Amino acid sequence: MASPYREEHEQFRKTVRTFAQKELAPFVDEWEKSECFPNEVFKRAGELGLFSAHYKEEQGGIGGDYWFSVAKGEELPHCRSAGVSMGLLVQGDMATPVIGDLGTKEQIEEFLKPALKGEKIAALGVTEPNAGSDVAGIQTWARKDGDDYIINGAKTYITNGTRSDFVTLLVKTSPEQGAHGCSFFLVPSSTKGFIVAKKLKKVGNWASDTAELAFDEMRVPKRYLLGEENMGFMYLMQNFQTERLIAATSCCAGLQLAIDEAIAFGRDRKAFGKPIIKREYWQHKFVELLTKLEAGRALSYKAAEAYNDDKHVNNGQVSMETVKLISMAKVFVGELSSEIIDQCMQFHGGAGYMEEYPIARAFRDQRLLRIGGGTTETMRYYLAKLMGL
Amino acid sequence: MKILVPLKRVADPDNANKVKVNAGKLVTTGLEWKPNPFDEYAVETALRLTENGTATKTRQGEVVVVTFGPKDSETTLRAMLGTGADRAIRVDTGDDQIDGDVVARALKALVEKEKPDLVLCGKQAVDGDSGQVGQQLAEYLGWPQATFAGSIESEGDKALLVGREVDGGTIKLRVELPAVVSVDLRIVAPKSVKSVHTPATHAYPEGVRFAALMAIMAAKKKPLAEVKLADLTSDAAPKIQYLDYELPPARKAGVKVKDVTELVTRLKTEAKVV
Ligand SMILES: Cc1cc2nc3c(=O)[nH]c(=O)nc-3n(C[C@H](O)[C@H](O)[C@H](O)COP(=O)(O)OP(=O)(O)OC[C@H]3O[C@@H](n4cnc5c(N)ncnc54)[C@H](O)[C@@H]3O)c2cc1C
Repeated sequence: MASPYREEHEQFRKTVRTFAQKELAPFVDEWEKSECFPNEVFKRAGELGLFSAHYKEEQGGIGGDYWFSVAKGEELPHCRSAGVSMGLLVQGDMATPVIGDLGTKEQIEEFLKPALKGEKIAALGVTEPNAGSDVAGIQTWARKDGDDYIINGAKTYITNGTRSDFVTLLVKTSPEQGAHGCSFFLVPSSTKGFIVAKKLKKVGNWASDTAELAFDEMRVPKRYLLGEENMGFMYLMQNFQTERLIAATSCCAGLQLAIDEAIAFGRDRKAFGKPIIKREYWQHKFVELLTKLEAGRALSYKAAEAYNDDKHVNNGQVSMETVKLISMAKVFVGELSSEIIDQCMQFHGGAGYMEEYPIARAFRDQRLLRIGGGTTETMRYYLAKLMGL
Repeated sequence: MKILVPLKRVADPDNANKVKVNAGKLVTTGLEWKPNPFDEYAVETALRLTENGTATKTRQGEVVVVTFGPKDSETTLRAMLGTGADRAIRVDTGDDQIDGDVVARALKALVEKEKPDLVLCGKQAVDGDSGQVGQQLAEYLGWPQATFAGSIESEGDKALLVGREVDGGTIKLRVELPAVVSVDLRIVAPKSVKSVHTPATHAYPEGVRFAALMAIMAAKKKPLAEVKLADLTSDAAPKIQYLDYELPPARKAGVKVKDVTELVTRLKTEAKVV
């Protein structure tokens, strides 16, 4: 595959890296402790174009292709906090692509444009206390009341949820119709009946805030319905491929950093008379890990190329073939990340278990990749269906 | 104020691919290029002098960047247009058929055409480390010069108070414009540059600025002119001739000594330094 990157991708890459290294990395220890990075980070990232690169110009975007987003995802790990990366990726690549695809002019003005500028913080509300993998089983219900909808229910594990300005919210509009009864709404968090019920404590990704939300007789006007009623499940499958794709591509870059750092550590650290990296045992281990990482990156890039062709070259829908590749990449890289980070930690010995080494944070953060955005098992379940097994 | 900033691309020293030598010639294929850091500082200085630091979107003056190189060196120019320069000029040359003197003479002609109030350059390029162009240019133009600036204060855009670090302190020179000034690393400290447009209390972020994506895309539409070297100087023959290139010898592994006595003995008998 020829490099998909042109001069302006490379310049953007440099911008994101400099931003991550100079304006994020020096502060992430503090943000990990306070379990939330400041709102201003969204604003600054928006100013630099981190959210808007791959959106159309009339939507407040730059009109670039998806490789801008991939480049961004690859550079963000330089901030050394997966929580910060995730919060920023939710803003531009998870909660908002569906607005770009389906939003009315008014919805784009009210939600998408300010989100891409980083002026409004976006969250994606799909998962519920009683339904995660099985999305069709959600219970939050929007019942019609004249021209409005009244929403009751709850969402959980919502990234950016404690301070979002609006939520891209999946609800049931026709509860009896299962998957065919779901709809998307854009809901400002200032709406009466919108409740941030709890800030959740997590294993990792500390700098990212995660919330449980509750909706109590929340009245939402029809103009906030995104796309058509009862089409939500279809939209979810179509428009949320970016979430998995950016997770996979960004993760590969983070893993490369972890391996590079581990190897540098192993050149200095001596045991039994020589640097531990000079042990054949570890040399072969790293060769194997780097080989797998190369394979993971190649698969992710193939998926990204397919996605970019579907969406940015042919300006159409995401094909089933692309969905397949993206799902495979998400599973492969997710599982691989546990293996790589685990081995990198092992290579550090006791030092790896200490907070002063970045591998410690990476160890707790990486675990999310096999769960968030669709668990490995659920992805395989859908892949088996898709492949007609 | 109108400022001309000459800049040069250099092989990225952090890149895994290093310059190679083949049969006495430099091999530059596979190298990654980046702007010479001191030239980037010069561009940053030029931007700080021509803006209100609290509202950097509008430029109060003009910043023109110029480079000498083949077509693909325009990447370096566009990167600078992205961070805020208004216009770019590429003087078409190879990377290696020129020396500082050719560059200085060609720049003289360009300065006479462009009529900037100030030429700002890096104190040296980190590849050849010659550090000549600024001084030669000033001489050819007959303009005042100040070198290795660590601070610059604009006096009503009529003169500059230029600080330079020396052993035990700083010397300050007042140069009347037009002038040539070369800059050192400290010029990009938060308060090193005082322009007439920026409140005195303003502090910049340390280092050079980086471009928002919107600016990177907009830079593609900014003017970038190509000029032939022959149109600037009739004598384009370099004065410096490079006869041969050779890589420095690889560093030899060190030796471990038992004690200080052995160290001193070896320093005397082998290294012959004491
Ligand atoms: C830090 C974090 C941030 C998150 N951010 C968001 C967010 O912003 N917005 C949002 O909507 N959600 C978010 N999530 C939720 C996430 O998408 C879900 O946790 C995930 O989809 C799994 O759903 P669940 O937790 O309900 O697990 P369950 O669906 O209850 O799964 C439990 C177990 O059952 C397995 N399982 C389920 N179905 C099958 C099957 N068919 N075959 C075999 N095994 C199966 C699963 O793999 C898993 O191991 C976040 C989660 C975390 C941890």
